[in-house]
Amino acid sequence: MIDALIAPFVDFAFMRRALLGCIAISVGAVPVGVFLMLRRMSLTGDAMAHAILPGAAVGFLVSGLSLGAMTIGGLVAGMAVALLSGFVTRVTALKEDASMAAFYLISLAAGVMIVSTQGSNVDLLHVLFGTVLALNNDALILLCSITTITWFTLAVLFRPLILECADPQFLRSVSTLSAVTHFAFLALVVLNLVAGFQALGTLMSVGLMILPAAAARFWATGIGGMVGVAIVAAIVSSATGLLLSYHYSLPSGPAIILVAGAIYAASVVFGRHGSLMARYLPRPHLAS
Amino acid sequence: MPAITFKDLTLGYDRHPAVHHLDAVISSGSLTAVVGPNGAGKSTLLKGMVGALAPLEGSITHARDRIAYLPQQAEIDRTFPLPVRDLVAMGLWAEIGAFGRLRPAHADRIAAALSAVGLTGFERRSIAALSGGQMQRVLFARLLLQEADVNLLDEPFTAIDAKTAADLMQIVHRWHGDGRTVVAVLHDLDAVRAHFPETLVIARELVAHGPTEQVLTAENLFRARQMCEAFDENAAVCLPETRGAA
Repeated sequence: MIDALIAPFVDFAFMRRALLGCIAISVGAVPVGVFLMLRRMSLTGDAMAHAILPGAAVGFLVSGLSLGAMTIGGLVAGMAVALLSGFVTRVTALKEDASMAAFYLISLAAGVMIVSTQGSNVDLLHVLFGTVLALNNDALILLCSITTITWFTLAVLFRPLILECADPQFLRSVSTLSAVTHFAFLALVVLNLVAGFQALGTLMSVGLMILPAAAARFWATGIGGMVGVAIVAAIVSSATGLLLSYHYSLPSGPAIILVAGAIYAASVVFGRHGSLMARYLPRPHLAS
Repeated sequence: MPAITFKDLTLGYDRHPAVHHLDAVISSGSLTAVVGPNGAGKSTLLKGMVGALAPLEGSITHARDRIAYLPQQAEIDRTFPLPVRDLVAMGLWAEIGAFGRLRPAHADRIAAALSAVGLTGFERRSIAALSGGQMQRVLFARLLLQEADVNLLDEPFTAIDAKTAADLMQIVHRWHGDGRTVVAVLHDLDAVRAHFPETLVIARELVAHGPTEQVLTAENLFRARQMCEAFDENAAVCLPETRGAA
């Protein structure tokens, strides 16, 4: 039993690399996911992933399967969508969800247009589904750097970000950091999705961002607690998913996300706060 | 000394004026009630004063910078997992900024502010667990910590029980005693008469402004109600030469 859990990581370097990559993504993307969830922007992660895809595809078209080109392409497309939609949200009457949807759809269509007119029969499957079992040193360094940048940025902008989420009107009345915070946060979303697509693919990487955060909502009431629970859930999902994929020859990205999905489902049912069980099998109420 | 000066001020939405060519001066240290029917532009005027809405025409000039604002419907996400103490502490923003540490002296002031609004013991309670009146107390505690020169309150006592309203009114009087300027939108005219020496009656345009007992007359209030009922989707552009003709 222990052997089945440990041996794959001991025996194979690619499994260790995959685990390290997934842990880096878990630690970086999860706090971003918690804030997305608390801002009711959970679906924004998905929209952003769609926005990044064309950029990565263009990078792939230009330089083939190059980490650098695809990363830069994804970053450019993602940041463009983040900046434009953030700008429209802040300056016009349109709300964030609508402006985000508008720009990611434009980005996606532009990407599809570019890829199809190039007529190249590119295999974009690995962009869609990632290559977690083939992470090289460069990719690992990129993932760890993005995680470090994420935590540093969150540490610096923690107070304004909380206010920007909870009481943006007040933040605007006392500080000029509202816009900086908003855009920095969107940039973190893009960065972490770009990190995620190295390993899990653009679409799957949203799963590791949002599912653990959504699960954590049922276990913790404070932000710190939620981030902690969500990181543990994400790392457990990563390790379990990798092992399942190893032992049963399953694709690793979806395996990781499905484990995260199972943790989420269990949390919906059994969680301490606001779960199904809390609702239908209530504990006795308190005296005060 | 004027704290806030409105000069030919027009504020509005989508080109329709909600406050129209208003000239008035709020003097420093005054305790002013803003009175008028629904749609008179009271909240709009406060939004303009705090800078959340740019004038369509004219100007608002402040003598001093530090303004605190209690909106009518705070855009606070009440589901956000934020403890009462943390939200109140943000009133110290002008002192600690985005990155400064909360020092023991700050902690004492936070405790004092919570005590002043009767919420001692609620420090760690999440804002999601508060009633509407308790939330209003929390926002007042945050205003206390802001120690602003000008406090703008938009219907601060709506949906608040009498005891809470009286407590919060004490805070307003304390500000007044400290020489701070307070401007509050109110509908309770008895409260205005009892507590506010100055009153500004508006109905998109200025109706009357001055000492409450002279301004808050049945005639002025009747005039305000009549003036407030015109909204024309296809209104013509407001030009100086046609003004007052309508």
